[in-house]
Amino acid sequence: MEHILTPKVEEVKLLDRYTAKKPAIGTLYLTATHLIFVETSCHIRKETWMLHHLIATVEKLPLTAMGCPLHISCKNFHVAHFVISSERDCQNVHQSLVRLSQPGKVEELYAFLYNPKQDEDERRNGWGFIDSAMDFKRMGLPNEFWEMTDLNKNYELCSTYHSELGIPKTASKGTVFGSAKFRSRGRIPTLSYYHKESNAAICRCSQPLSGLSARCVEDEEMLQAISRANPKSTFMYVVDTRPKLNAMANRAAGKGYENEDNYSNICFQFVGIENIHVMRNSLQKLLEVCAMKSPTMSDYLTGLENSGWLRHIKAVMDAGVFLAKAVAEDKASVLVHCSDGWDRTAQVCSLASILLDPFYRTIKGLMVLIEKEWISMGHKFTQRCGHVDGDPKEVSPVFTQFIECLWNLMEQYPCGFEYNEKYLLEIHNHVYSCQFGNFIGNCQREREEMRLYERTFSVWPFLWENRHQYRNPLHKCSLGREVLRPSTLPLNFKFWCGMYNHFDKGMQPKQSILDHLLTITQKKAEGEKKMTDLQILAVMDGVLADQGSPTGTPPEQTSLSPVSVSHTAENAKPLMNGAAVEEAEIELVPTAGSEKMEPVAIEN
Amino acid sequence: MEFAELIKTPRVDGVVLRRPFLPTVEGTLCLTGHHLILSSRQDNTEELWLLHANIDAIEKRFVGSLGTIIVKCKDLRVIQLDIPGMEECLNIASSIEVLSTLDSVSLMYPLFYRPMFQVIEDGWKSFLPEDAFKDLESMTEEWRLSDVNKDYSVCSSYPPLVAVPKDVDDDTLRKAAAFRHGGRFPVLSYYHKKNGMVMMRSGQPLTGTNGRRCKEDEKLINATLRAGKRGYIIDTRTVSVAQQAKARGGGFESEANYPQWRRIHKAIERSSILQESLIKLVEACNDQSHSMDRWLSKLEASNWQTHVKEILTTACLAAQCIDREGASVLVHGTEGTDSTLQVTSLAQIILDPACRTIQGFQALVEREWLQAGHPFQQRCSQSAYSNSKPRCEAPVFLLFLDCVWQILRQFPCSFQFSQHFLVLLFEHTYASQFGTFMGNSASERSKLNLSQKTVSLWSWVNRPQEVERLSNPLYEANCLVIWPSVAPQSLLLWEGVFLRWKRSSRCLDEAYDEMVHIIQYNKELQNKVNNLRRQLAQLETEEPLLQTP
Repeated sequence: MEHILTPKVEEVKLLDRYTAKKPAIGTLYLTATHLIFVETSCHIRKETWMLHHLIATVEKLPLTAMGCPLHISCKNFHVAHFVISSERDCQNVHQSLVRLSQPGKVEELYAFLYNPKQDEDERRNGWGFIDSAMDFKRMGLPNEFWEMTDLNKNYELCSTYHSELGIPKTASKGTVFGSAKFRSRGRIPTLSYYHKESNAAICRCSQPLSGLSARCVEDEEMLQAISRANPKSTFMYVVDTRPKLNAMANRAAGKGYENEDNYSNICFQFVGIENIHVMRNSLQKLLEVCAMKSPTMSDYLTGLENSGWLRHIKAVMDAGVFLAKAVAEDKASVLVHCSDGWDRTAQVCSLASILLDPFYRTIKGLMVLIEKEWISMGHKFTQRCGHVDGDPKEVSPVFTQFIECLWNLMEQYPCGFEYNEKYLLEIHNHVYSCQFGNFIGNCQREREEMRLYERTFSVWPFLWENRHQYRNPLHKCSLGREVLRPSTLPLNFKFWCGMYNHFDKGMQPKQSILDHLLTITQKKAEGEKKMTDLQILAVMDGVLADQGSPTGTPPEQTSLSPVSVSHTAENAKPLMNGAAVEEAEIELVPTAGSEKMEPVAIEN
Repeated sequence: MEFAELIKTPRVDGVVLRRPFLPTVEGTLCLTGHHLILSSRQDNTEELWLLHANIDAIEKRFVGSLGTIIVKCKDLRVIQLDIPGMEECLNIASSIEVLSTLDSVSLMYPLFYRPMFQVIEDGWKSFLPEDAFKDLESMTEEWRLSDVNKDYSVCSSYPPLVAVPKDVDDDTLRKAAAFRHGGRFPVLSYYHKKNGMVMMRSGQPLTGTNGRRCKEDEKLINATLRAGKRGYIIDTRTVSVAQQAKARGGGFESEANYPQWRRIHKAIERSSILQESLIKLVEACNDQSHSMDRWLSKLEASNWQTHVKEILTTACLAAQCIDREGASVLVHGTEGTDSTLQVTSLAQIILDPACRTIQGFQALVEREWLQAGHPFQQRCSQSAYSNSKPRCEAPVFLLFLDCVWQILRQFPCSFQFSQHFLVLLFEHTYASQFGTFMGNSASERSKLNLSQKTVSLWSWVNRPQEVERLSNPLYEANCLVIWPSVAPQSLLLWEGVFLRWKRSSRCLDEAYDEMVHIIQYNKELQNKVNNLRRQLAQLETEEPLLQTP
């Protein structure tokens, strides 16, 4: 590759960032896709892999006595401090990485090179694995009040929306198109989640172009139609997720928020989530706290507070809880927007969906939710994640915050989710790694134009195949249709060490309860199979009688007894949380994590 | 004095009890000499039995003739009693105030408590120093058990028997004791089997401003060093605090007089500061404000986590000197009854797998806290809510438990007990029906004849059903030294104590039960598989025998 000036540098030091331990010495390789550091100073071969696209910043520091320091930090919060003895080598590596980590165009992203050795059919099936349209069917659409429309099939109504949209049945085409003209970038009010139990709906849109006094009859009709689709409620909420001051400032620019006098029976509410720039700076400050070398407790807590990060996480969570409560308790519909309706709105709508609907707390359900609320509704992944060289002011950790809110929920409800922390981290990693096509592009139309479905692979089947790793052994289906009502008192929000210091293994608990339980679940599946096999053998040998003879029955018969003697092998499968059959099918073959994926390697 | 004199109104009907995350109960309130009891007199509603000794502070409020008493407990719980009738309410409140602050040891509940369970093993006899020394004798001959303190005359806060270097006679010990704060001459705290290095603890040396020295003291601690080896003295105070101590007759070991020892100063705070920290922390946790900044800044200002980090860091340092550097260590602060014990006991948790078992942890608490003379009664007579000015109160032991929890969280499979055990100990140090934590030293307990007159907490804990409740289902014996991370990111607020009454534990309890269930189920399954396999194997070996008569 023309961007790699030095493919291999020897005698490179990898520093321990926190302790005064001796640095690791090894060889640094640059491949087309990865930076690889192979430790030569220890007996066991230890490798550190960093995907070029995951590199957020690469910094060359002034020459020291040890050599020339090179600091690399990644979007998945992996940080490495190298020291390269020759300044010229360091210069070359630096220059190569700057170029490789900032592709000029989308086509240079890893996803376009990545080939998991699948044929076209498999690729197509993979992309069809998650279908957000199916989710609307699951919610009960179409029904008396709501329908799916293809008014946006050529992206004429709204270029950043999906082609299929859920809208109230009573909204005419004229209303829809009229409303689109009054909404920023044509992002009309459209269905996000329909709550069968209460008939209340969560809808999302962008800010109205109301300015200081403008109004639009069709837009008012549109809101009326949403309100009427929930006939039992006399009002609906309109939630502006921005701080009031920001919303007011937008009025001067011809945008703004709904005037309660112009819309009948709406209850208008600000929830005060800050904008993408505030969030970006906040994360920056948080990462500075994480990178502090032996900070005191006071430094750390003060830094955490000053970063404002947990305040923002709480604000997002509060808004999600507000929405869920409106729908589940007040049984009122809610219309949510921010400015463009693709950042804060996506966070808040998807969180509320998780609180309301246990389906989204399953492994597959979370895929559907991300597909539906983020990918198809035009969250600008390419820009927000900084996939390609572009405006740094467009980059913001909006999706990261959503994932973190989810983690906080999992901490409060350890039995409530089918997935575990690893799943969240893996999804987060893939959002930034661009190994798969799902998170490339800023909207559906862009993805079609890029022909992503023909040129890249979908991440969902890949995650599904490895789902045994992402399972929460404590998950209990018995929680049923319960709406989650998390406490949002500040003391419930914790710093997520597993995310921001994920690569600093020394800071993590040295023994993981999750891994321990996953191993047990695996052993359990093996044990159950062995038990069945042995029983067949025992029956054949006559140790076990076919009908309840006590001969050879295992001595203790507890209520937990996995097998009952009188049963045949087929129906002797135990029932535990009603998930036994699935458990027994868990695949035991470990699959390599993304970091270990075969690079499309070129030799030095 | 009769309790009856203190109870003006022994019974009130129609009292409403409100507790966090539990349904309100209406019933009859009764006051007895030691308990506040509320019962609905219905079979299936829970009753409240609250030890007066557990009450830290109360508040009264009146709306018309309806009175409300807010009861703030030492275990940090806050409950509310709505009492109809102003006079009744005032009477109840004043009785509680008197009964919960009785100073007289002879009136304390453990002296009245009769166990409702069968004592299988008397906890007062479970951890005798003689027995502990037998273990040591099996490993080394360099130490002896001295009864120089048999009548508590050399050191009032030490037990009658202490382990000291074999070559040092009792006379030397007496002289060294005169040179150490409170007579606490250096004694053995821990012997590291792996390399024969030891940890000792003592009070500060009484060097004073003119640098007094004591040959016997030097001889005593040098006797623990191997030829040509250096040791470490870990002073839990900062250099400046140690310097200031000289003016009051205290001080530290100078390089000149102790050339074989390297002194390291750490910064564990004194007890009065710790108490203030606890009060601030609990205040922060009770703040219902929704401001994140306020919570974080209050948490920071309480300094509680700072203390946790400092104590753990010092314990790691001591453990490192012993295990990594292969050097012996002497630990002391000022008195040698607080920060010293935090460090020596935590270092043992890190180094010695035996201390991570249920029995071993009890032995550690017995040895390094009770026998070592931590003044439990003084330290735990008030908790975070008390309105009276703290005298000697300090959450020294609570901080130790918090640090143990931090290690437990980082090594969830290496401890035989769960955090329930730690919470139980926290509760019983502040209010208990057992005599274990009464008094301030072995000598005080012996004077009160507690081992005859009260039941030991260990008698209760070591019954099979309690052991099972306190057991950690994840435990797998781990014989290694466990090094906890002391990075601020790795140290969390101990929710099990500080947020216990702030949020419903339903979901967390459910998760815990589920975890126990999964592990239990798997164990039984594996047993069954093995049984069946054994039977099949047996059959195969028996069959030929049967066929050849």
